[in-house]
Amino acid sequence: MSAPVADMDAIVSVRDLQVQFQTTDRHATVKAVDGVDFDVRRGETFGIIGESGSGKTTIGRALVFLLKPSAGAILHNGLDPLALPRRQFQSHRRDYQIIFQDPNAALNPRMTILSSVLEPLELAREGNKAERLKRAHEAMDRVGLPQDIGARYPHQLSGGQKQRVVIARALTLRPKLIVCDEVVAALDMSIRGDVLNLFAELQRDLGLTYVFITHDLAVVSHISERIAVMYLGRFVELGPTEEVSERPLHPYTQALLSAEPRPLPSSMRGGQRIVLQGEIPSPIDPPSGCRFRTRCQYAQPLCAEKTPDWRELARDHWVACHFADRPNFSPN
Amino acid sequence: MGETQPAQHHGNADASSGSQPLMSVRGLGIRFKTSQGVWQATRKIDFDIAAGERVGIVGESGCGKTITGLSILRLLPNNFAGLDGSILFDGVDLAKCSARVMRAIRGRRIAMIFQEPMSALDPVFTVGHQIAETLRVHTGVGKEEARERTLEMLRRVGIASPDRRIDDYPHQLSGGMRQRVMIAASLICGPQLLIADEPTTALDVTVQAQILELLRDLSETSNTALMLITHDLGVVAETCARMITMYAGEVIEDAAVDDALARPLHPYTSGLLRSLPHLSPRHGKLPSIPGRVPSIMDMPNGCRFKARCPHAIDGCEKEQELRDAGSGRKVRCWRFNELDLPGALQHAPNAPIAALVGHP
Repeated sequence: MSAPVADMDAIVSVRDLQVQFQTTDRHATVKAVDGVDFDVRRGETFGIIGESGSGKTTIGRALVFLLKPSAGAILHNGLDPLALPRRQFQSHRRDYQIIFQDPNAALNPRMTILSSVLEPLELAREGNKAERLKRAHEAMDRVGLPQDIGARYPHQLSGGQKQRVVIARALTLRPKLIVCDEVVAALDMSIRGDVLNLFAELQRDLGLTYVFITHDLAVVSHISERIAVMYLGRFVELGPTEEVSERPLHPYTQALLSAEPRPLPSSMRGGQRIVLQGEIPSPIDPPSGCRFRTRCQYAQPLCAEKTPDWRELARDHWVACHFADRPNFSPN
Repeated sequence: MGETQPAQHHGNADASSGSQPLMSVRGLGIRFKTSQGVWQATRKIDFDIAAGERVGIVGESGCGKTITGLSILRLLPNNFAGLDGSILFDGVDLAKCSARVMRAIRGRRIAMIFQEPMSALDPVFTVGHQIAETLRVHTGVGKEEARERTLEMLRRVGIASPDRRIDDYPHQLSGGMRQRVMIAASLICGPQLLIADEPTTALDVTVQAQILELLRDLSETSNTALMLITHDLGVVAETCARMITMYAGEVIEDAAVDDALARPLHPYTSGLLRSLPHLSPRHGKLPSIPGRVPSIMDMPNGCRFKARCPHAIDGCEKEQELRDAGSGRKVRCWRFNELDLPGALQHAPNAPIAALVGHP
């Protein structure tokens, strides 16, 4: 696999990343992430979309070193955080935060909202008590939470408010990058828009970079500048949002786009739906060659023999498919 | 995909006009006991489902859609305090019939599937046993025949090599296959109505597409009516002919899916459509509905949406009835005639979703 051209403006560079887990009986290895290359550019929103078991959450955790890569490298600003001494590593990782799907699991039910927001500042021993309090209040203000919420407990808040608390907490240490793992999946439709707007506003005002991980195509294509499509531990496609969602090159991306239920009257829906057969194979024993070939309607003998190269077929638009550049291949 | 049901199925909520619906719900309300007194979870729920019709019940969490589905089968929690109104199913009032009558209907003539198949399946029995059990309890057929029919049903729901899978335990199956097994178990007795509560929410989008296609096909071939409870307007658009929108425990709109999406009559339905990222220009600000759903403990008088409604005026504090809006549509908004609310057609033209529609 050839790496993408090194990007001078990369806040995160991922090179041939592999993350493996042992099964509990230690007889098999799950290759959750198996050779992924990409750069996240400063100030952008980089979307990663994939189904359960594709490895997208594993990548997110590895990006902030909640998981150690089994092989390959993750560079933050061109620097390998794992090479830092322990102390420096700890202060370094404050710049790289992560937010998860379920705010109920992320908030301690026995801590008040204010003490939850204060906790990262206390752990980082930032300033004195008054300064920490000021920064916690600033962060809560920033995400649109009224001050009086600080004295409450998580169960007294709505889902949208709880997710705002979690965002405020991640902001207290003034990170450069936030990995957002399914951050709106647990929220109701009418609230989702508010929280997505908040993410966009914070990015504009604070110059944040996001890695936005989700299974929701509509969400990822709304918020991201670039989208990576993941399948069984690998990227199958990566490109600007408009390109990927309007001119998808990989058959899996095409199937994903066509499977998305569209809230439109039947006259506007049109288009033939590609219904994939079967489900995602096990990452313990992935198919040889192209991993998608077992569900791909265009699969050829070559697909089983040879792993497709990671190729840049259009400017900034990468794909791993032997046939992506052949005419009559895609419904495009 | 996308074909609509015959016109006579479209929301002819008035039982006196046209043929008798399969199920007719009138004035349904559910009350719960809590430490703070009795709460009214839903009220004045009116709707009909015709034989073979596919109806979506949509709304956000807490709107009462799930409890409405459960109350049809009288699967009510322990703190249940009372049921008002009637649920007329083929001449029997399910709200008042005896437990014995209910047992004969539940699982046999009205079946239900849930979001999480793993919690609905018993981990210590094979899936074949669990499907056959449903059939044997309800119809008293012998072991051999039950197994034969289970195999046939597993084949119909698209399980590959059913003769092997029939003796598998639930944990040996993937999420999509478990939902197929649940569908097989629910349809084995040939029910007239299947209530599906968020049946694809726990599934991946490519598997969701398979399951929705299966539900559509089975409902068509066996003329089983489908009551699909979901928060996902896309799922309803692709599966159902009619859409019933609920808000704060009430039905606020009832219309053919295409009509409701193209030209919603209730400001809430229109607001929901607007807030979907599918229908908004990329990277733009997503319109949202300000405020929150009123608390069950403190429901406002009159229109329950008025505090969040951009069109609220004097008069909205009056009690709102579900009004007949013509051509089989109903809406709980007295201003529906003067409001011209945007739907998917008005939202979508510049939206990214337009690009997804119909690859040439």
